[in-house]
Amino acid sequence: MPFDVMKDGVSRRRLLRGGAGLVGGAVLPMGWIAPGFADEPAMGTWPAGSQGDSVTIGATVPRTGAYAAAGEDELKGIQLAVEHINSGHDLMKKIAPKLTKGLLGKQVKLVVADSGAKPNNAVQEQQTFINQDKIVVMTGATSSAVAVALNKFAQREKILYLTGISGSNDTTGKDCVRYGFRQNFYGETAANAIGPVLIKAYGKNKKAAFMTPDYTYGHTVTKSVSEYLIKNGGWTMVTNQVSPLGTQDFSQYLTNIANSGADVIVDVNWGRDAVLSVQQAKQFGLTPKMQMVIPYQIPFLAKEVTPALTEGVYAATDFWWTLEDRFPLAKMFVAEFKKKFGYNPEWTANNGYMQFAVWARMVSGAGTFYPPAVIKEYEKGEKFDSTVGEVYFRAADHQCVHPVIIVKGKAAKDMKSPDDYWEVLEVVPGEGLMQKPDAFGCKLGSYT
Amino acid sequence: MVNWANFLSQFFNGLVLGALLALISSGLTIIYGTLGVLNLAHGALFMLGGYAGWVAYTYSGSFIVAVIAGSLFVMLVGVLIERIVIRRFYARPPEDQLLVTFGLGIVIVETVRYFFGSLSKTVPPPPGLVGITPIGFMMYPTYRLALLGIIAAALIVLYIVLYRTRIGMIVRAGIEDSGMVDALGIDVHKVFMLVFGIGAMAAGFAGIVNAPVVSLAPDVGESILVQTFVVVVIGGVGSFPGAVLGGLIAGEIISITSMFNPGYSYVMLFVAMTLVLVLRPYGLLGAVGRE
Repeated sequence: MPFDVMKDGVSRRRLLRGGAGLVGGAVLPMGWIAPGFADEPAMGTWPAGSQGDSVTIGATVPRTGAYAAAGEDELKGIQLAVEHINSGHDLMKKIAPKLTKGLLGKQVKLVVADSGAKPNNAVQEQQTFINQDKIVVMTGATSSAVAVALNKFAQREKILYLTGISGSNDTTGKDCVRYGFRQNFYGETAANAIGPVLIKAYGKNKKAAFMTPDYTYGHTVTKSVSEYLIKNGGWTMVTNQVSPLGTQDFSQYLTNIANSGADVIVDVNWGRDAVLSVQQAKQFGLTPKMQMVIPYQIPFLAKEVTPALTEGVYAATDFWWTLEDRFPLAKMFVAEFKKKFGYNPEWTANNGYMQFAVWARMVSGAGTFYPPAVIKEYEKGEKFDSTVGEVYFRAADHQCVHPVIIVKGKAAKDMKSPDDYWEVLEVVPGEGLMQKPDAFGCKLGSYT
Repeated sequence: MVNWANFLSQFFNGLVLGALLALISSGLTIIYGTLGVLNLAHGALFMLGGYAGWVAYTYSGSFIVAVIAGSLFVMLVGVLIERIVIRRFYARPPEDQLLVTFGLGIVIVETVRYFFGSLSKTVPPPPGLVGITPIGFMMYPTYRLALLGIIAAALIVLYIVLYRTRIGMIVRAGIEDSGMVDALGIDVHKVFMLVFGIGAMAAGFAGIVNAPVVSLAPDVGESILVQTFVVVVIGGVGSFPGAVLGGLIAGEIISITSMFNPGYSYVMLFVAMTLVLVLRPYGLLGAVGRE
């Protein structure tokens, strides 16, 4: 029996090579040398994962724990993207113009597991997906600790990995890999986008208290934001309260901040930790006496803590649904998402959707699922339209060059609809916000 | 150089956290002491109390109604769990009991998640307890101050039930030697059911009175469960005063340590637990021979 499978596999692979070569040769006359005739050794789930009439995406998002709300939103974005790829939806075709119905003639399937934002869980589940479903691409973070772990796993297993939600500088910095691609914003770009706004709004030489979740995301975001404010605004960091992911009671941390003499609280906590710390800062009377700043926006934050607590709060984010007034694709995306799920998408859903739209673009552009060919398609750095205007991927660190959106919390009386929590102040272009590709020690590693 | 204002504030935080831990742990410890079942669903019952209270609050708008409904609902759930599931596990090895209560915890958490989703729910403090009260060395949330009194009152009620009533006497006798209680002609099964109900109610009550402090999410009981186990170990298994003392000690260790470095607060908690296990394996107020 195994011999039959192998025989079958080899013949199909040959067929696919020829087909992919023809497509590749036709669409990429001067780019990547037609992959069908180059050497395409088996690797990871190639070619077994794309030999049938469908290909599978493995998603491990947090559906329990402190990041569950964001994880569910992200998953909905991914589900919508899969649906749009399979139906050849207009919105999808605007990002991936070579897409037909399905990807390279195959339907895309999605398998999902709960990571609980824990790296070990995520890696185990993806391993199962590789063994059982022969996934061709994986996604799902929300927790950069998961992103970093899956980065390494992706490189080892030779499976493409679209990060999902990850704000740590390390994800496309010192822990970057050839097989990983991050679309969303991160500590350094958030800092460089929101820094000038904060200095302008609150003035120079302010005292800031930081609240930092104790893992790679928290530490790198706090580092980037504090360094910007210290260097450019003469601010001082009077205390940095580091708490474990999943903290419920922030009273001890807030007490330390109350006694620190800070003017501004920079809350880097995320998910439920952010909700609880913002609520409790209010309970302890720290806000509004001290100004609250959210350098890395949290989905559903304003809804959960009520606009009374986010009014006047500055935040940096990746997407906010009222951008539909500025970007045609955002308008389409918000309408489609709302039609299917009944609410306006948060930035996590936008990221989930966009990264698979981009993947569909790259795979249909490469004309094959052969991982190195898809990677090289990303690395061409072509600009394309997205829900936040034109974006592209940097070849040197696989980071999407993507604007950062600066928003400010609206007062309840100024909201025009139930979800109208944030006012978009600025769409800051991505190029100027990013460090040099090697500044955080990125070495991508090999294709094969 | 110790900042005394900060020290006093942290001491106060420790008191509030400790009182909460004491209340939840007392439920855990009397169940374990009497039934011999380590209830890993205790954190889920704590969470369930919060959600039941939230539902009652949404319909009635009254915090008092929420507290009563939350506590009674969880007591009822506790009694049902004991009747339907736990009862079949008394004669089985402890591993089976751990697994079944762990499983019950998952079922409860995921059921709540199914109906209420992952977005957090807020129960506001009752009017009159909103806002901040100056207490000399710092400004303190009024409701947290009140919480100290609310929990103290609940612990006193629990004390009276356990130490001043006939039922309490039977329960305490059951903790010391349930076989002997049975031999004396008392229906221990009824006692067990009652104890499980009371223990669950303590968790449910804690869940709803804590809801204005830490807004509700399906996972809210998970981390508190670990802390309450530490409290029970420190205080002594089956000892109600031990749970109270252990709770306060744990609360203070977490708070005072975090004044210097929050990263070490849980390390110190486990160091304290280890010390107790080495020096007094049956806990500070536990008795030799109890399991």
